Amino acid sequence: MAKHVVATVAEIPPGGRKIVTVRGREIGVFNLGGAFHALINRCPHQGAALCTGAIVSRLEAPVPGEYRLTRPDTMIRCPWHCWEFDIATGQSWCEPDDVKARTYNVSVEPGEALAKGPFTAETVPVSVEQDYVVVEV
Amino acid sequence: MIPAGAIDCDIHPAVPSVRDLLPHLEPYWREHVQRRGLERDNFETSAYPPGAPINARPDWKPPAGPPGGSLPAMQAHILDPLRPAFAICNVIHGAQMMMSEDLSLALCRGINNWLAAEWLDRDDRLRASIVVPPHSPDLAAEEIERLAGDRRFVQVLLLAMAEIPLGRRMMWPVYRAAERHGLPIGIHAGSTYRHPLSAGGWGSTYLEDYVSFAQGHAAALNSLLAEGVFQKFPDLRVVLIESGVTWLPASMWRFNKTWRGVRAEVPWLNRLPADIVRERVRLTAQPFDAPPDTASLTTILEQLGSEDMLLFATDYPHWHYEGEAALPAGLPADLVRRITLDNPLATYPRLQQETAR
Ligand code: FES
Repeated sequence: MAKHVVATVAEIPPGGRKIVTVRGREIGVFNLGGAFHALINRCPHQGAALCTGAIVSRLEAPVPGEYRLTRPDTMIRCPWHCWEFDIATGQSWCEPDDVKARTYNVSVEPGEALAKGPFTAETVPVSVEQDYVVVEV
Repeated sequence: MIPAGAIDCDIHPAVPSVRDLLPHLEPYWREHVQRRGLERDNFETSAYPPGAPINARPDWKPPAGPPGGSLPAMQAHILDPLRPAFAICNVIHGAQMMMSEDLSLALCRGINNWLAAEWLDRDDRLRASIVVPPHSPDLAAEEIERLAGDRRFVQVLLLAMAEIPLGRRMMWPVYRAAERHGLPIGIHAGSTYRHPLSAGGWGSTYLEDYVSFAQGHAAALNSLLAEGVFQKFPDLRVVLIESGVTWLPASMWRFNKTWRGVRAEVPWLNRLPADIVRERVRLTAQPFDAPPDTASLTTILEQLGSEDMLLFATDYPHWHYEGEAALPAGLPADLVRRITLDNPLATYPRLQQETAR
């Protein structure tokens, strides 16, 4: 596992996402209300580019007719067959224990710390004035 | 070989004629029926024409009257040779199909009274499903309430195809009453003929109608699942009677697959629909739409993913097998016990309570 600098914090505002390639792997980096999450950009169903799908809320109903919108904008819906995945955990809505998308650890690091290493910043030039999104792969 | 003490989950007493119901009708409706001359009609449903070979095994045809119309004949044909602990009577009759909701209720009541007096009182192995007017859920619920105190009624009977899909909220009074009294909903093959039996339109032949019954069961189950009946009524169980069984694994698979993509339409459906079916739905094992051998049955059980779902039934007097071969020969004893005893007891709380006593 190595830490990879994939974006500046400013690049991915709340509600935003960036798809990056790290060691040949496409990864979607999401900012959900200030918290960063990273998910593989490959749907466990049939391999669609999962992280390009719509970001949706959890639509729930404990019984018919009692509708609840919970945890707004925390799920990604696969662009192919519309399976929904929790962006933070990778768990699918339908079979959370059995069908999951791979997740990666993400952290925010100040440029100063990054300057000391050991980090890989293949595509993002690092300056000490900014904060960066770092993914562990 | 059917072990003695089995529970036969589907037999069919037939109302010999509406005339036989007269003593069991309320006075108002007795007079109503007689003024209109309705006692001269039998209101047999064209779904089960008594003359069709499949509806009466040749050696089970009584000398007079409709097959299934005589208790002594039923005793000689099935109750005495098979010695079941219980057998559940399911009456299919035009009363369930009447356009008039009040007349439908009056005749259904008459049938239930007739069942109690002419069958249940005369053979203590017999149990019955409550016959209700399916197009008047409130009246149906009233009839369930009226009879719920008689513990020999162990189920509520509906037909798979009615005026509206069975899961619709309009039907919920029936499910609420059934659940309250520990009565599973038995969904029998057939239709109340508000719509064609095939989704494509009216067929020309009995053959098409009969084969299409399986689609009717699939549609009924889809509706119950999608409308959230199993979430709304967490203790309700459903028994698919004479469904043919073998369509179910493919249907479950398709339901699961489609649900994954559109599940937001039915947010109450919050677990694999097939798992709900495995927990809450049971099927009578006659007729069984596959070769009648152990290998076919085992394959279907594997596909269903559960050995708890099948319920033994002779489907007397319908003709699906010869002799006593209501189950394939050579089934492992453990499986026979489940199908003939454990599964029915787990399905029908009232039978379980009686057996425990
Ligand atoms: S590939 Fe994602 S749902 Fe099918």
